[in-house]
Parts: sequence; structure tokens; C-alpha cells
Amino acid sequence: MKKYILDLTVSSAEHLRDSYILLKLTQEAPLPEMLPGQFAELKVDGSENTFLRRPISINFVDITANEVWFLVHEVGEGTRKLGELKRGDKLNVVLPLGNGFTLPASVEEKILLVGGGVGTAPLLYMGKVMSEMGCRPTFLLGGRSACDVLQLDMFKEYGDVYITTEDGSEGEKGFVTQHSILSSERFDRISTCGPKPMMVAVARYAKSNNITCEVSLENMMACGVGACLCCVENTNEGHVCVCKEGPVFNVNKLLWQI
Amino acid sequence: MADLSVKIGALDLKNPVMTASGTFGYGLEFADFVNLEDIGGIIVKGTTLKPREGNPYPRMAETAQGMLNCVGLQNKGVDYFCQKIYPQIKDIQTNMIVNVSGSCCEDYAECAARINELENIPAIELNISCPNVKQGGMAFGVTPDGAASVVKAVREAYKKTLIVKLSPNVTDVAEIARSVEAAGADAVSLINTLMGMAIDIERRRPVLSIATGGLSGPAVKPVALRMVWQVAKAVNIPVVGLGGIMNAQDAIEFLLAGATAIEIGTANFIDPAVTVKVANGINEYLERHGYKSVNEIIGALED
Repeated sequence: MKKYILDLTVSSAEHLRDSYILLKLTQEAPLPEMLPGQFAELKVDGSENTFLRRPISINFVDITANEVWFLVHEVGEGTRKLGELKRGDKLNVVLPLGNGFTLPASVEEKILLVGGGVGTAPLLYMGKVMSEMGCRPTFLLGGRSACDVLQLDMFKEYGDVYITTEDGSEGEKGFVTQHSILSSERFDRISTCGPKPMMVAVARYAKSNNITCEVSLENMMACGVGACLCCVENTNEGHVCVCKEGPVFNVNKLLWQI
Repeated sequence: MADLSVKIGALDLKNPVMTASGTFGYGLEFADFVNLEDIGGIIVKGTTLKPREGNPYPRMAETAQGMLNCVGLQNKGVDYFCQKIYPQIKDIQTNMIVNVSGSCCEDYAECAARINELENIPAIELNISCPNVKQGGMAFGVTPDGAASVVKAVREAYKKTLIVKLSPNVTDVAEIARSVEAAGADAVSLINTLMGMAIDIERRRPVLSIATGGLSGPAVKPVALRMVWQVAKAVNIPVVGLGGIMNAQDAIEFLLAGATAIEIGTANFIDPAVTVKVANGINEYLERHGYKSVNEIIGALED
């Protein structure tokens, strides 16, 4: 897919709960095609100690409004600077980058999408694309508390939503892999994005139930296009760039201990 | 439009802007963003005789106005380059230059000899300055004798333009430059990255997998500029300047300090189209000052 450097305009910058900002970006010309699971590199201006772009998952693409959405968790100086953006500001982005999630081969395929924290972001767009294909995915979303489970109304539009929180403030108490849905339903494929310990646990569940599982990695990146070789993951084919060969991998390709 | 063309050894560059090895892939990764043929030269990633897996992750740490990396020359080896990569890049109408690295003189020479056979690769950049590999790499580049020995071995095996990339992690970079000039280099490029370190205080561990890495980006520019200026005065062969160049102004500083051409590295990560913008910016500067050719400003610092 052709990649673009675009100067987009912030059409909305909404602070969700504590430390999350939902940026909706647009331009006059139609936005390029983007796939669920792909990401963009967002340029951060005016940050004293960071100067690299921030790789952020594509959260949603609203074709009618010609908008691409990014859900940014403000965890460091770079993302906090992105959190200061206001409606009307310009933001330079490079997109679409990397490879997305595998889309269902048929409407019968039962897909489970498991997200943790800000890792839920790319699953929303995945849900939308799947629903356009006539599929209804199951979302299993986890967070430390209710504050970390975002965009629930939208998730519910596209699939069945199940939630766990570590403090029990929303959904079932515990980790995603402890949710009762996993013992009551059978899935054909799992795609997951979130903290690595969560994805490892999900991959273990998938392996022990003989379910295909793909994970979206967020190794620290510089270039985003496979040039600098900084974000490598060890795979059965040696070190490969997460930005170019991923960020979505079939877990069997990785050398994780599962 | 001013004349931007410069000469490095037998190499004709349409403009003095090149890409630094390891920051621009094989050029193909950036083809969506810039017309590759508008760049004076593309120095592709470090290639070694045998494949190398490089160092473990994490390999990168962002620092104030810079970044550390310890990639460690990951590449699939010269055979893979010749068979799989070269056919994809050989028809790009600019100077496609291969950065060559090794762990002993024989490996360097054999790798260079293989690339000598590739018709559309007009030059190599010899990396005697990688700070991230245990053997070879920088070990050759930190003494005048070590540098000369590897350059001599490669010079015998390689007939086209030979650029030698120098390490800043030395006491007297001009002495090393004179030594590689005497050993047969057609040009020198500098600086490679400055050895550095970052620590995660919560985990009380180095951020990088091998503790240390090479610092690049705007943070190193003043050091790079000073070294280019010193080396340009010390040798008679062309000097290629690099280190933290982010825009045309930075590039012009290096040209004034005595660099015949410049390389852009880390800046490619922030703006994948920066190379062409720098070439255009140099032209604007030349026109604004009434220069007909970029050669008029090379080493043209006022006394």
C-alpha cells in the first residue's frame, strides 16, 4: 500500500477520562485507504526532549466525515504533547504503515478481538470493517479499572462486548483471560492488542484451545518503514521489523514462551 | 537554478545530498515519499560478507535531541544483497552506494570485491567506525594503523570510488583521516555515531540491550561540524559531512566547513522527504547569495 506524508487538521480533540485523548483528523482530499491494525507515525512538535514521531494505531476511519481517529494514551513527554492539540491545529502524519489484522474468510468465522488498555484502539476499526463484511465479532476488553475501558458505545455497535477490570469497577473482576465467555463460547480466531503479559496469556489460551491467534506488537520504533531496524522482534525467521513485517504477527511466528 | 553538482573521487553527484547508511534502508522504503533520483547519492544499509542477526532488542533509546541505537549491523550478507537487493535498485538513476563492514581485513576486502563486480554500484562507503559490534567495526577506526590496514586491503580489491567512514570516538580524527588518505581512500565521510548510553532508573538497567549505543541526531551536530572542519583542513581528498543534519541550514554549515557533500541520517525518521527539501534549500541559499555553483561555498568560511 502506498504511504503518504499528510498535513492533517484536527477536527476534534476530546479528552477521554484521565489520560487519553481521542484525535480526529481530516483533510480536504479523501484520505487514503487504511486497514484495521495498521498504524501511523505522528509528528510531535514543540517537545523538548523527544523528537521522533510517535507510532499510534489507527483507531477508526470515518469515511463519510473523511476522518481518521487516533486514541492516544498520554504516558510520556511526546504523547502528552499530542494531548495538547486543539481543534483546528495541524498534525503531520505518515500513514498507513505496517500490516493489519487478518480479516475473516467467511461470515461464519467466529472472531474474538481481545484488547487491553489503549490496545483496544485498533480493534474498534477492525470491528467496523468486519461489520461491513456482515460479521459480528466478539470484543473482550480489559483494563485496570473502568477508566481504562473506552469507546464502549461504539464497540457495542459492531459486536458483542465483554469487559474485565482488575478492580472490578466494570464488567467481571480480573484479567481478560479469566472472563467466563472464554469457557462458554468457542472461537475460530483471536486477534489481540495490549500489554505483552496480557497478549502472552491470550496466546496461551489460544494455543491450549487450538485457536489461531495473532498479536499486535508495539516495540519501540524510530523510522516506522523498516529502514532503521530498531523495533525488531525475534521470530522463526530471525530479527524482523515490527513496523514493516508487523505490527500484527501470527503468534506461532514469534519465539514467545507460551 | 544554481549548479548543485559535486564530484567525489570518480563519482558525479547531481547534488551534494546523500543518505546515511542504516537510515534509508535500500532507498525503496522511501520511494513513496521522495523521488529517489532527486537525491545525489543513496548509501544503503551496512553489508557484511556473512549474514548478521545484529544485537537483541531493545536497540533504540530516544535522548534529548538525539537517539541512541545499537542495531549491530543486522543484514543478510553480501550474497543476498547481490542476488535479491541489487536487481531491485540497479536501475535507480542516482548513485547507489553500498556501506561495507566486516570483522577482519579479509572479510572487508572480499565483501568489497563482490560489490566491485556490480556494474551499477559506483562506490562503497567503508564502515570502520561502527560502535555496536564487538569485533571489527570501530576497532579498526580508532587507530591510524588499524584504519590504514583495512583501507589498504580493500583498496587492492576495490577499483571504484572508495569512501571511508570515520569514527568520532577518537582523540585526533584528523590523524586517522590522513592515515586512510595515505592508504588509498578516495574520500572520507564523518562522523559515525558517538558512543553513548541511557539508563532506566526505575529498573536500574541500561535501556539498550548491550548497554551502549551510537548517538545521532541534532545533539551531535556541533561535534560533527567541528570534526569535519578539522579533517577538511588536514586532507586533500573530499570530505563527506554528516551528523545531525536536519535541514538545509545545517547542510550548508557542513559545506562551508569544508564538506564536498553531506549525508542525512536520523532526520529521515522525522521527515521521510527531508533529503529533497535539503537539496532545494541549498539551491535557494546559492541563488540568494548569487553563487552559480555549490562548489563556490565548499570550505568557503571567511577568515
